[in-house]
Amino acid sequence: MIKSFVDKKLTFRDMDPDVSLKAAADMSSAEIIETVSASSLRGRGGAGFPTGAKWKFCSRAEGDQKYVVCNADEGEPGTFKDRVILTRFPHLVFAGMSIAARAVGATRGLLYLRGEYTYLREGLMAALQKRRDDGLLGDEIMGVDGFEFDIEIRMGSGAYVCGEETALIESLEGHRGEPRNRPPFTADTGMNAMPSVVNNVETFAWAAAIMEKGPEWFRVVGTDQSTGFKLFSVSGDIDRPGVYELPLGITVQELLAAVGGENAKAAVIGGASGRVVSQAEFNRKVCYEDVPTGGAVIVFGPGRDMLDVAENFLEFMCEESCGQCTPCRLGNTKLLECVRMLQEGTCSAAYLREIVELGESIHLASKCGLGQSSGNIFLSIVENFREEIMGRALGAVEPATLRS
Amino acid sequence: MVLLTERDRIRQSLSELVERYGNTRSSLLPILQDIQRQHYHISEYAMQVVADLLGIHPVEVFAVVSFYSFLDFKPRGRFVIRVCRTMCCHMQGKDRVARQLETDLGIKFGETTPDGRFTLEYANCIGMCDLGPALLVNDRVYTEVTPNEVHHIIEECRKVFGAHAVQSQEVGL
Ligand SMILES: Cc1cc2nc3c(=O)[nH]c(=O)nc-3n(C[C@H](O)[C@H](O)[C@H](O)COP(=O)(O)O)c2cc1C
Ligand code: FES
Repeated sequence: MIKSFVDKKLTFRDMDPDVSLKAAADMSSAEIIETVSASSLRGRGGAGFPTGAKWKFCSRAEGDQKYVVCNADEGEPGTFKDRVILTRFPHLVFAGMSIAARAVGATRGLLYLRGEYTYLREGLMAALQKRRDDGLLGDEIMGVDGFEFDIEIRMGSGAYVCGEETALIESLEGHRGEPRNRPPFTADTGMNAMPSVVNNVETFAWAAAIMEKGPEWFRVVGTDQSTGFKLFSVSGDIDRPGVYELPLGITVQELLAAVGGENAKAAVIGGASGRVVSQAEFNRKVCYEDVPTGGAVIVFGPGRDMLDVAENFLEFMCEESCGQCTPCRLGNTKLLECVRMLQEGTCSAAYLREIVELGESIHLASKCGLGQSSGNIFLSIVENFREEIMGRALGAVEPATLRS
Repeated sequence: MVLLTERDRIRQSLSELVERYGNTRSSLLPILQDIQRQHYHISEYAMQVVADLLGIHPVEVFAVVSFYSFLDFKPRGRFVIRVCRTMCCHMQGKDRVARQLETDLGIKFGETTPDGRFTLEYANCIGMCDLGPALLVNDRVYTEVTPNEVHHIIEECRKVFGAHAVQSQEVGL
């Protein structure tokens, strides 16, 4: 097992997945959806869509075969909390999927596990088999007539964009992982054109926890629009990298203090599709209404070169763009070229202005969330660190002053 | 005794895979993943056969293979080493690990050793950001790798490789 540091006693550890599932088995579909909606739980994968509303759409959609899909693609740079959840609390995730299945009337479940996590597969398969043996998957779950559901594991094959839910479904159907236009939405036209619920690993785990503890228990933590605790994957120049459970609405400053990163000069919140938050903004809140995140926080100490950061993330985007749409495919290579020019000190202020405009166009014109957020890190570095990135000449900035 | 040609063997093992996963389009990825695992790449012939068996055009199969970074047209080594090059591992010193791997294996990234044992590649974030630099050897994860440890990782693979070679002689492959 990979020994990641896990901050404190996680809430998930106190949960009993069987109690959650029993609670759902005793409820009607509408009651489950009502409970999840009342908790105001929002998706933990990044976009933050209200989970109850998603389940409601899917439950109302017509279809012979509905699906519940768990998004375990976890490709966002800096994110590893789903790996920890899948390793330690697989039954809570599977219980959450079964609860969703009962809520929307699905009988088939799919867990899309990224290829990089193949080593987790065996343990997950064993956990699924145990659930079948215990009557927690299959026909008549917990003895309830008509409660029928089973889960299958499908592997990814090394493509970040497959974490985007429509690309994930394309991939499950045996196609290239290219995002679809929306609408139609996955909730009514998903897997095999059937109504499907796609949620993040952590979302399912919280949904299960809410079934056990009730929506009020969940709501007491967080802000009005971002309720509950969230798992954060924190890495970079800090004392204690690892997984932290923190309330949504925590300020960046407080978060940094919790992980031993007080002297940070900046942090990327939300991974490659997130943005850079500089010291001046450390009082901002991490939550859906302020600085949203799927949980990735990468911290940069005083010595880090922000151009190096921009370069690495743009290389990532150029590599991982699915290539369908031009703004994303070509735009990001232009942004990366600009970073290289800045590194050599050959980028004029006028050209930089044009490239920033291009970055904004990429945001507006890209087809999916990958393209739409691909320039954010670059743009926020240009906005916040102009003094650091302009006027460079090769060798003029002593490496020692840049790297910690 | 019936002598099977390499092509007969591929066709047979693909038929078995199609039987196991089902004759539907959504079985394509699991089938291709297994071919990759067994043959270290997906040949043109294999793509053709899978297309025939699933009743789709071969170019559809080609399109899928070309999309995913873990599926390859060209033969890869028995051990594919994938070094994470994304930000957190970058900050934790992935460049030195990468350099040592190149030196110890005598190949550059993207290349395979002439004996077909090792392929060296970069990967994007593999979800071990708190424990970088991280790398994958096939399905296995190595975390907090130091340049000095690279040597041990390669030796570990060579031992496994030796064991496999003996095994396959025993079963007469
Ligand atoms: C490029 C891209 C990558 C994504 N990767 C993931 C991922 O790895 N895991 C995930 O849960 N959601 C990911 N998402 C978000 C999904 O599209 C979707 O919003 C999410 O799975 C819904 O689940 P939730 O509501 O529980 O968060 C990604 C989105 C985009 C645009
Ligand atoms: S950055 Fe290397 S594992 Fe995430």
